Amino acid sequence: MTAAIKTVGLRKAYGKKTVLDGVDLTVPAGSVFALLGPNGAGKTTIVNILSTLLVPDSGTAEVDGHDVVTDADGVRGAIGLTGQFAAVDGLLSGQENLALMARLRHLPPTAAAERVQGLLDQFELQDAARKPLATYSGGMKRRLDLAMTLVGDPRVIFLDEPTTGLDPRSRHTMWQIIRDLVAGGTTIFLTTQYLDEADELADRVAVLDQGRIVAEGTPEELKKLVPGGHIRLQFPDTASLDAAAGLLGETSRDEDALTLEVPSDGGVGSLRAVLDRLDEASLTVDDLSIHTPDLDDVFFALTGSDTKENAS
Amino acid sequence: MTTATHVVADSVTMTRRTLLHMLRYPALSVFGIGVPVIALLLLVFVFGGTLGAGLPGVDAGGGREAYLAYVIPGLLVLTVAGSAGTTATMVAMDMKEGIVARFRSMAISRAAVLNGHVLGNTVTQVIAVAIVLGVAVLIGFRPTATPLEWLAAIGLIVLVIVAIVWLGVAMGTAATSVESASNVPLLLVLLPMLGSGFVPTASMPGPLRVFAEWQPFTPIIEAIRSLLLGTPMGANGWLALGWCAVIAGAGYLWALALYNRKSVTG
Repeated sequence: MTAAIKTVGLRKAYGKKTVLDGVDLTVPAGSVFALLGPNGAGKTTIVNILSTLLVPDSGTAEVDGHDVVTDADGVRGAIGLTGQFAAVDGLLSGQENLALMARLRHLPPTAAAERVQGLLDQFELQDAARKPLATYSGGMKRRLDLAMTLVGDPRVIFLDEPTTGLDPRSRHTMWQIIRDLVAGGTTIFLTTQYLDEADELADRVAVLDQGRIVAEGTPEELKKLVPGGHIRLQFPDTASLDAAAGLLGETSRDEDALTLEVPSDGGVGSLRAVLDRLDEASLTVDDLSIHTPDLDDVFFALTGSDTKENAS
Repeated sequence: MTTATHVVADSVTMTRRTLLHMLRYPALSVFGIGVPVIALLLLVFVFGGTLGAGLPGVDAGGGREAYLAYVIPGLLVLTVAGSAGTTATMVAMDMKEGIVARFRSMAISRAAVLNGHVLGNTVTQVIAVAIVLGVAVLIGFRPTATPLEWLAAIGLIVLVIVAIVWLGVAMGTAATSVESASNVPLLLVLLPMLGSGFVPTASMPGPLRVFAEWQPFTPIIEAIRSLLLGTPMGANGWLALGWCAVIAGAGYLWALALYNRKSVTG
């Protein structure tokens, strides 16, 4: 598998503030890579370097086989960028924006017109095609933004927080569009502060914190990095709590809530085993819940940040 | 890869975009044409009688007509000088838009975005100057120029427009906000007044007179006056061409350097 994006030792500082502190990344062609991190972690700086908008202080970065510094035009010809803020021309209509992109990508007139119509259909912007952008909703602008990125059929697409500020419905529409793109073989580099988004879309996830990659792997691999999978059992009284604790061995108990947390992989087999043993001892369970580790646990364990409210 | 043909094609695309912006957001362009026309009417009908009577070799009775002829070259240059403000404002507004970051991440010529602003604003300024000149003719301006002199005058005015617009593009790129972009170039509007545009420099006090005679707009105004009305040309033609080249070149280099250096925020 060839790498669509490869960075080695990427560093960038603004004055004394170090934003990137040696970032190594490899993104295989045709995959979705999610860069996860809290606000200010350096996600946008990485996207800006990879899309040739910023020059790194040191380190190298290659996109589609072109060096971002020495062959910036080569990179620009291969990529599409949808930034955090709608990169659309607010004084033009949706159709004019797309036509502008088609001309700048030097498509022949007939092909350009077909591509513009095709994208307007695909992104459900046909009704608003001739209206000025001032009348577009946030979700429509974001869709148009992505459509403009796609005009030149880029091989690598950068999506910098593509769903930040969108309502749930627009978010799901965006996710579907991204999935369709992947099906077409495009490499996608996505930054997000939403863990479910990375879990939903990405083949591989890297967690960026204070300019460093603190973890990288598939969402499943990352989830294994943190303990946290358990079955939580609640008992009617202290006596049965004690009995169960003796029976199940290694557990953590909460005297006030009368609960036990039994480590578990969350599978049906281990759940049945636990319940069978309690049944044999004729112990009553008042309440039961299963907790599987999610990327939230990974995120908080790795970044030590308390941005739970921002992130969910 | 950027090739020479792509530079031209991209510049044309960007010019169309600038012109479309002007159609969608015509306030600035209308202002740029309206103010000089109002200034022309004010200068000729309100101040013209008195100012014209003060011109050397003019009878008390023929003041207004004489002043109309005298003020037109200066007013045309004033119209063009004002365009630096509208150009800078449009460029500064554009630089704030996310789409410029997109342009930077695409394989298009760096200069194409700026070329688009320059060509688009040049086209609208040519129209603005034509309208001001048209109003002048309507109220009695009668140039004595031969067709060849007309051609030379038009050519010179277009050169001045290109030079001032490049300067405006540079100012707009340099500006930290749209407000400062719209204010700084206003100083340019003062220059034709501190020259031979509205009264002869001979009537000014010492130091001001020296400044007025040596600043760039005076030879430009004098050259246009000579071509349209047959006053002596002297060295003004060459001086005017030289100043245009210097201003355009400086604006071009400044704008391109700024555009390449300025990276997106974040």
